[in-house]
Amino acid sequence: MIHEERFQFTSAIKKQIFIWGAVGLGLLVLGIILSALGGGGHEAAQGATAAGGHHESHWYDRLFANLWINNLYFTGLAVIGIFFTAINYVARAGWSAILKRIPEAFGAWLPFAGVLMLAVFLIGGHSIFHWTHSDLYDMNSPEYDPIIAGKHGFLNYPFYIIRMILYIGIWYLFYFLIRKESLAEDLDGGLLHYNKMVKYSAIFIVFFAVTSSTSAWDWALSIDTHWYSTMYGWYVFSSWFVSGLALITLVTVMLKEHGYLKGLSSEHLHDLGKFIFAFSIFWTYIWFSQFLLIYYANLPEETIYFVERLSSDYYSSFFFANLFMNFFFPFLVLMTRDSKRHTIFLKAVCTVVLAGHWVDFYMMVTPGVLKENGTFGLVEIGTYILYGAAFLFVVLFNLSKAPLIAKNHPMLGESLHHHT
Amino acid sequence: MEKSRYLVGIFDDEDILIHAVKNMRGAGVRIHECYTPYPVHGLGSALGYRRSRLPIAAFIFGVTGLSLALLMQFYMLGIDWPMIVGGKNYASLPIFIPVGFELTVLISALGMVGVFMVISDLRPYGKAKVFDLRATDDKMVMAIDLSRNKRIDIRRIEDMLTTSGASEIHERSL
Repeated sequence: MIHEERFQFTSAIKKQIFIWGAVGLGLLVLGIILSALGGGGHEAAQGATAAGGHHESHWYDRLFANLWINNLYFTGLAVIGIFFTAINYVARAGWSAILKRIPEAFGAWLPFAGVLMLAVFLIGGHSIFHWTHSDLYDMNSPEYDPIIAGKHGFLNYPFYIIRMILYIGIWYLFYFLIRKESLAEDLDGGLLHYNKMVKYSAIFIVFFAVTSSTSAWDWALSIDTHWYSTMYGWYVFSSWFVSGLALITLVTVMLKEHGYLKGLSSEHLHDLGKFIFAFSIFWTYIWFSQFLLIYYANLPEETIYFVERLSSDYYSSFFFANLFMNFFFPFLVLMTRDSKRHTIFLKAVCTVVLAGHWVDFYMMVTPGVLKENGTFGLVEIGTYILYGAAFLFVVLFNLSKAPLIAKNHPMLGESLHHHT
Repeated sequence: MEKSRYLVGIFDDEDILIHAVKNMRGAGVRIHECYTPYPVHGLGSALGYRRSRLPIAAFIFGVTGLSLALLMQFYMLGIDWPMIVGGKNYASLPIFIPVGFELTVLISALGMVGVFMVISDLRPYGKAKVFDLRATDDKMVMAIDLSRNKRIDIRRIEDMLTTSGASEIHERSL
């Protein structure tokens, strides 16, 4: 019943990914040129806007904001791959054994994610993070900000960079350990490797429970330095988790359609669909919990976050698109049993959810960085496609390095006979 | 209520029961229902059950609950007794969502339990058909409604039950 299967990363697929990457890069460069040329208008209007207390922004601010959105988004996808593997080991889940290589492969993006994130922070940190400006902490400076100065113990360069390296480094360490045992299990069999993976997974989940929150504070919440929300860590985590589940499902469906994963049936897709359905609702629950309390309490220092997003004609359309793409669409489409078992619905939902959570991160980052100058155009689309192509290349390359079916997984038999 | 006659076969083992169900349905016998002490995998598909329509009932009850909750709140806080809470409009949708959510869950849950009770003959003053009490202990029970199997001779059905492995056969009017 179990055949040796290995994903063939053919040159045709590589070529396709390279073309997409080139398209993304082309759109990005074109968009930068257009917005740099268009920047002349901004310069001319600067005198007027500066007098009105407005914030002017340049093409590179927009570029760094976009790089940061995609850093957050794709780092999340990579770490959710490890997290999904880990929860399945800790729960000793059998059904997912057949597709376990797919989330496992996502983790390979983490080193690239770490380097990109560190580089963008060091080069473009001033554009993205208001708190990185040193005159905010200088009592004699007119720019002195007592609130941000009070957060200096946490938000300062050395500690921030150490935290970033620790988060991604330790996540990668657990990926490395789990992956090593997983590949060793293919050769040796037995329960020893499985039990070790359960142990590593349990430790990883505890570590990730804390660091998913703290990394969300660092990487997204600190953009709006004055603002705070106790839901934020969960909010970023849930956004990551839904988009990760959508990508796992999409890759699984695509592989199945290309003739791989012969043992995979609509029973497995049904479970993946349930995951996406449930965690779309979970994301909405978190999103709404954050919104409602701020809306009801009506404290100015909290409502400013939503005022920025809702009172602007430009951002408010994204605000509602975010809710539609990430709640109403998956909720209504995946509600019936049949839609979770048919690939056409799953593909539609996964695509919309993946785009929707990009919009979610766009709404977290852009209004804080670019203020009222936020736009959506070639730069946004180009960066997303470029990052997506790079991510896909790394993940598929990693997927082709190991057999697609972990043939010595102790639960593989259960997975092949899975019945929901 | 008019009583109908049933032929009741008692089985000791779930595998024998599933095979018997398949054989008898293959021979054209219409089986009223099987009763087992615990859920038996594969029995539902052997009996040719169609998919439960309970989710549809759940959806309708859920929509009812949500509509009721929103109507109630809009009427109370928007029309009947307008009151400013937290500087918001009289009727502001975000504030109504928690109650709306809770009533959706409550009405759909209660409605589903109610529908399940009715279709399972467990409604108040309803009388459930109990073919053999041992179905709650250690026996598998198969009930065949004779009024729906008039084309097949009762002796033949009894023979089929015996050859399929039934340990006892009774006839009951319920």
